[in-house]
Amino acid sequence: MSTWLLILGVGAGSLLLRASSLVLLRGRKLPDSVTLSLGLVPASVLAALIAPELLYARGTGAFDPFSPRLAAGLVAAAVAWKTRNLLWTLIAGLGLLLLLG
Amino acid sequence: MTELPTAPPRVPRSFWQGLRAFVPLIPGVMPFGMVAGIAAVQAGFSPAQSIAFSLIGYAGSAQLVASQMFGHTPTLLIVLATLIVNLRFAMYSASLLPLFDGVSLARRWLLAYGLTDQSYAVTMGRPASTPNPVAYYAGATALMWLTWQSGTAVGALLGARIPAHWPLEFAVPLSFIALLIPVLRSRPQVLAAGISAVVAVATYNLPFRLNLILGAVCGIAAGLLIQRWKGQAA
Repeated sequence: MSTWLLILGVGAGSLLLRASSLVLLRGRKLPDSVTLSLGLVPASVLAALIAPELLYARGTGAFDPFSPRLAAGLVAAAVAWKTRNLLWTLIAGLGLLLLLG
Repeated sequence: MTELPTAPPRVPRSFWQGLRAFVPLIPGVMPFGMVAGIAAVQAGFSPAQSIAFSLIGYAGSAQLVASQMFGHTPTLLIVLATLIVNLRFAMYSASLLPLFDGVSLARRWLLAYGLTDQSYAVTMGRPASTPNPVAYYAGATALMWLTWQSGTAVGALLGARIPAHWPLEFAVPLSFIALLIPVLRSRPQVLAAGISAVVAVATYNLPFRLNLILGAVCGIAAGLLIQRWKGQAA
């Protein structure tokens, strides 16, 4: 029962967030400062999603600046920079992580 | 039959262009979806619930967060945590708004439901000459949805059969890395990403993944400051 409540709650909340501007604000123009900030959103959000994943151990949640994930992530970033290709990025990152254990 | 089937005239060319632009992302999204499906089943969802979660919630990071917290945390708190993780959709929604002139309300709901990190990133990276950005977005979004839903369904059905020591879940940050690199085009964006990463790491122990929001807000503020400073220097 509570699983279904969870599913419906996440679904309704996510839809409202996604629709917030597209549906509720339509026809209105945003101030320049907001437009400027929005250009910075992808870089900021993605970096915040990535960095902790590379620096904190799975499971224990302990800070680990020498984690194999960080090395694998940095190599993957270099591959992404060179190739702009997601598949190569995944192969490099997952491959190195497997090698380093 | 020698001719390739042609698209019905109602579907704009931009739709197929957006769909094609999404194709290179499939190898990253598919394993991500499988990971989300596996994580949900391993957390105690039935395969049907796991698939329904994907169809209704349709939010990878939130699905992973919910699976992590499931069983240890009251439902309401889990929902709150996923909404915080998903706050970025409100930012994407606002950022896409200028493209959606003249689109009907019903379509807006449907297109909003399909909004993801990936379809957003593909749409923002579209060629400047794209005549119909909404159709381009719709194409990328449709293929993203299909890929994600089949990935999570496969993951949910495979369930616990995948060895736990395979580091498949690392595909998630790796696909975010592949999305981040092309966005780092200017100094404010690099600075925003750097500050955001440092803050998100430093505040990792905050509850509900608030570190994500705090990091993003600080990153955006830093990027804005340097933009303003550069503007005055010019």
